[in-house]
Amino acid sequence: MYAFTYHRPDTVRQAAGLVARKEDAKVLAGGQTLLPTMKQRLASPGNLVDLGSVAEMKGIERKGRTIVIGAMTTHADVAGSPLVQEAIPGLAALAGNIGDPHVRNRGTIGGSIANNDPAADYPAACLAMGATIITNKRKIAADAFFQGMFDTALDEGEIVTRVAFPIPGKAAYAKFPNPASRYALVGVCVAKRGSEVRVAVTGAGASGVFRWPEAEAALSKRFSSKSLEGMAAKAAGLNTDIHADAEYRAHLIGVMARRAVDAAVGK
Amino acid sequence: MATVSMTVNGKAVTADIDSRTLLVQFIRENQLLTGTHVGCDTSQCGACVVHIDGKAVKSCTTLALQCQGANVVTIEGIAAADGTLHPMQEAFREHHGLQCGFCTPGMIMSAIDIVNRKGNDLDEHTIREELEGNICRCTGYHNIVRAVDAGAKAMAGSAKPMKHAAE
Amino acid sequence: MSATGIGASVRRKEDHRFITGSGRYTDDINRPGQAHAYFLRSPHAHATIKKIDASKALAMPGVLAVLTGDDLAADKIGGLICGWMIHNKDGSPMRAGGHPALAQGKVRYVGDHVAVIIADTLAQARDASEAVVVDYGVLPAVVDTATAMKSKTVVHDVAPNNSVYNWHLGNKDDTEKAFKAAKHVVKMNIVNNRLAPNPMEPRAAIGLYDKAEDHYTLYTTSQNPHVARLVLSAFIGIAPENKLRVVAPDVGGGFGSKIFIYAEETVCVWASKKVGRPVKWNSDRTEAFLSDAHGRDHVTEAQMAIDENGKITGLRVHTIANLGAYLSTFSSSVPTYLYAPLLSGQYNIPAIYAEVDAVYTTTAPVDAYRGAGRPEATFVVERLVEVAARQLGIDPAKFRQMNYITKFPHQTPVIMMYDAGNYNASMKKALEAADYKGFGKRRKEAEKRGKLRGIGFSSYIEACGIAPSAAVGSLGAGVGLWESAEVRVNPIGTVEILTGSHSHGQGHETTFAQLVCERLGVPLESVSIIHGDTDKVQMGMGTYGSRSGAVGMSAISKALDKVIAKGKKVAAYVLEASEKDIDFKDGKFSVKGTDKTLDFGACALQAYIAHKFNGQDLEPGLKEGAFYDPTNFTFPAGVHIAEVEVDPDTGVTRVVNWTAVDDFGVVINPMIVEGQVHGGIAQGIGQAMLEGVVYDKEGQLVTASYMDYCMPRADDLPSFTVGMTVTACPSNPLGIKGCGEAGAIAAPPALINAITDAVGHEDVAMPATPKVVWRAAQKALKKMAAE
Ligand SMILES: Cc1cc2nc3c(=O)[nH]c(=O)nc-3n(C[C@H](O)[C@H](O)[C@H](O)COP(=O)(O)OP(=O)(O)OC[C@H]3O[C@@H](n4cnc5c(N)ncnc54)[C@H](O)[C@@H]3O)c2cc1C
Ligand code: FES
Ligand code: FES
Repeated sequence: MYAFTYHRPDTVRQAAGLVARKEDAKVLAGGQTLLPTMKQRLASPGNLVDLGSVAEMKGIERKGRTIVIGAMTTHADVAGSPLVQEAIPGLAALAGNIGDPHVRNRGTIGGSIANNDPAADYPAACLAMGATIITNKRKIAADAFFQGMFDTALDEGEIVTRVAFPIPGKAAYAKFPNPASRYALVGVCVAKRGSEVRVAVTGAGASGVFRWPEAEAALSKRFSSKSLEGMAAKAAGLNTDIHADAEYRAHLIGVMARRAVDAAVGK
Repeated sequence: MATVSMTVNGKAVTADIDSRTLLVQFIRENQLLTGTHVGCDTSQCGACVVHIDGKAVKSCTTLALQCQGANVVTIEGIAAADGTLHPMQEAFREHHGLQCGFCTPGMIMSAIDIVNRKGNDLDEHTIREELEGNICRCTGYHNIVRAVDAGAKAMAGSAKPMKHAAE
Repeated sequence: MSATGIGASVRRKEDHRFITGSGRYTDDINRPGQAHAYFLRSPHAHATIKKIDASKALAMPGVLAVLTGDDLAADKIGGLICGWMIHNKDGSPMRAGGHPALAQGKVRYVGDHVAVIIADTLAQARDASEAVVVDYGVLPAVVDTATAMKSKTVVHDVAPNNSVYNWHLGNKDDTEKAFKAAKHVVKMNIVNNRLAPNPMEPRAAIGLYDKAEDHYTLYTTSQNPHVARLVLSAFIGIAPENKLRVVAPDVGGGFGSKIFIYAEETVCVWASKKVGRPVKWNSDRTEAFLSDAHGRDHVTEAQMAIDENGKITGLRVHTIANLGAYLSTFSSSVPTYLYAPLLSGQYNIPAIYAEVDAVYTTTAPVDAYRGAGRPEATFVVERLVEVAARQLGIDPAKFRQMNYITKFPHQTPVIMMYDAGNYNASMKKALEAADYKGFGKRRKEAEKRGKLRGIGFSSYIEACGIAPSAAVGSLGAGVGLWESAEVRVNPIGTVEILTGSHSHGQGHETTFAQLVCERLGVPLESVSIIHGDTDKVQMGMGTYGSRSGAVGMSAISKALDKVIAKGKKVAAYVLEASEKDIDFKDGKFSVKGTDKTLDFGACALQAYIAHKFNGQDLEPGLKEGAFYDPTNFTFPAGVHIAEVEVDPDTGVTRVVNWTAVDDFGVVINPMIVEGQVHGGIAQGIGQAMLEGVVYDKEGQLVTASYMDYCMPRADDLPSFTVGMTVTACPSNPLGIKGCGEAGAIAAPPALINAITDAVGHEDVAMPATPKVVWRAAQKALKKMAAE
């Protein structure tokens, strides 16, 4: 790790001010991605703004037909939240399956989304459920937020404060973990809200999370895994690495989509 | 340099540290508590697991400065004041849940956390899943699973107060 | 059986310190004034070093020194060695390239040691390493095992075609004849995947130089500190043995990878004098992946000949073994004498011929990893046997039984003389425990759930208790493989055992003490086992090859015999009887036919106060030493049965049952032995379906962290059913065979045999990851659809 100066603001405003003023500043959330990266000397912020004391960024509430999750809420808190379990059980299950218990005790939804790792789980949920990402400056629809591998619509110094999930009629996430890292080798989130069905795929694409229109069309006709029978995604544009090639990933997208639909309808 | 204060195994400590000091370095090098180990650079092996405010975390992926005001408990802090072992420690010995011992402190701290979250009646599947963040190269986990199960049951019956709130 | 003697599952004495966090591993040791070393490693697989400019780094805060291969050469520090000479088929010696601890002119793998930066703190050393400017002339990499000998790029000039040696064993003519006469021939191409050993404690070292005494101390993560001292003194030339102490304190697992003498510890101890301060180095996990010796990496063509009665008549094997960029300490012996002599398996095979080509590549050195050579041999034999049975339509268990060796001793065509065993007893017990009869039903039930269920066997044998010194000497070993022990009885009857074996998870502090309890009748608490320090233990050969029970404990047993004999002499004086009338039993000396007795403790006191005898007739004191050199290898053997379910949709394989029945000879502590079996099986399952080191074409290590190298986790594995049969080993006084490697040897073929059974064809390579198994299952499903 390179040396840096540490700051610990109490409010979003202070945090935003520090990030704007200090040179090479980065915010620190759960640190479960940023600290390993800094340890390997792949990131070298000169100033680290720890959001750990920003109380207004923590917590989960229900606002009408929406679940709003503070950016500093840990994966464990989302997984264990009775609110989330009741309203969007698929989201609670997703959070409860990120990494391992220790990572879930510190990693946050804001950090995960801001980081947009192409193998992360939350981006699939945000995209499939049509979440809105709320920052200190504006509101960004998930469709516009995730812009490719580790790339988002966030401006320099912009801070995610909350994520709002409209409560879907049915939704679930099915993950095929990378055997070594346990991130998603392929993860598929399906969500049905009214007549709209969205299918979002993570882990597989060379440029991060994406939607699978063919599956959405098929499921819009009939929301059943039968509608996806025999379907696989197109292999073109999918990742090939030592754990899986594009063809296998394409096949797994089909399998995981069917499993997600089964889970969503309570099969 | 920055100043940090926290409670480690029930003792209030304050130190001036380089801001990049990881909690595991603070524990091992500053507090000279070498029971907490480092087995990887990618936050995956769990040899470094300690409890912060009652929750299991990887001390290799936490800055010491993030623990300002926190209550940290390490493997050295879970036995009773009179030296009586924590039931989970006892279970690891009784069930031969360790060989080289390097993963063991992290395993025991994780195991206590599992019981705190999942209760005293655990099935094998749950134990194996919950150990996702702890790697052992020696035991093949067979006896660790038995130890966690037995330790969980023993924790239910344990009347002995812990020296420091590990829960 | 007493509660603490041989055969009792005594809880481990060493555990208290580990479960309370008081273990003392190398990285837990700090010395006043210590500086930290950071190794600058090669980013290229193969390159010349044109120039190293350290001037900027030297000017950075805290930096004490930047040392390179030139500094080593100037101090006349020799290179690292390979201690086992293998001869080519034509009798010429193997081609060993130089192996400097810091590169001299050339780097040969990613992670090779270019320079060391020593600074007040590790962060400073690492900061400075980024300011060292190295001018490389990049050369092409040689990565692939199978084609290394055809590469135009040569790794070491002394080894044209990258051939380290071309070696053979067995009888070629007999084998050719067997194949000509064979009714049936099974042919297979087999890859044994490359593995990273991954003990959870990374390697570490602290070197210190004491100017007043002109004496060095090295704390290091070693399985054999005495061998480390020998090599550092006699070959590398750090200091004479009397000026160098090597300490291996608690060591967090080894599995072979901590046998070897590495560059880092060599440099730390040497540099401690140069900078005048203790020098500490602690590997991180990425460095461990890059520079700990890897294991396995064989490419083999194998054929088995079978006659009309289903009897195996011949075995022919050609193996190419990748030894990496340099010959590590015991590397040359692994694909030769630890491999080919085990190719007979548990079977009566009259003719065997094996040819081995060892090659250099621009990858990390490859050396012994749990099992070392024997897993590779077992994989070849047990895959061939299984496939032969399937092709012949004979039940695989029965086919094995038809070919088992049943008479002992048995001389194989490949050196080994099996001394004792009862292979069928283990097979029968395993079949029963695994409910083999019920498998068909379980398979049908799985089919209903859409799962493919398979069962696979492995009847493994290994050679342990390494090894008779004269025998290994004749095969090229540079050292003898005896073990030493010293028994120090203190005046109040407590006992210290000094052993040359080293415990890094095996529980010697308990099992060795159990032997002492059994023999001397003293309580367990009164026995201390001392090991891992060359200042305390005079000499020893260390722990690997499951040798500490069979060889290390036999040495202790021999020394205990001497202690008892001396005790009888003392007792004879004290009890005023003739020495030949003294009996020793349950901790008491007694005079035959009388009720006169003397406790062991009282006898010890008498030996030291020496009032009852004349010092001219009998030396005072009670301390004896012994060196034990085994008369043969030991041959643990057994049967493992794996049962799996494959999800054809995803290729995910779940191991649903695992049955192991092993014959380890006499077992000192069943709890510890079972633990060794569990751990070995986990590593074997890891090899078969999770683990694999991957280099890309440029020689970059793709699997350099746990993000990509898949370690077995708790939820990857089942619980294991472990049973035992016992035929005592006639080749050592305790009847012990050894158990440390069995699981890692037995497991891979059992698992691959089960997966291939499930998917219905043989084309499944290790590691059988979901991707591999999915492809195999698709093939099978297509075939089924076509039929
Ligand atoms: C062993 C291990 C396994 C894991 N497995 C998984 C897995 O299976 N699935 C998965 O999805 N993830 C996984 N993760 C990643 C984990 O979920 C991280 O917690 C998450 O990706 C980042 O969240 P964080 O709170 O730790 O963020 P940090 O690491 O603190 O920050 C990550 C990045 O986001 C920025 N950032 C953080 N918060 C904000 C904010 N509010 N606004 C703007 N920018 C911000 C930071 O500056 C930094 O660049 C794993 C991590 C580990 C160590
Ligand atoms: S050292 Fe913390 S997870 Fe490995
Ligand atoms: S006991 Fe050695 S790593 Fe777990």
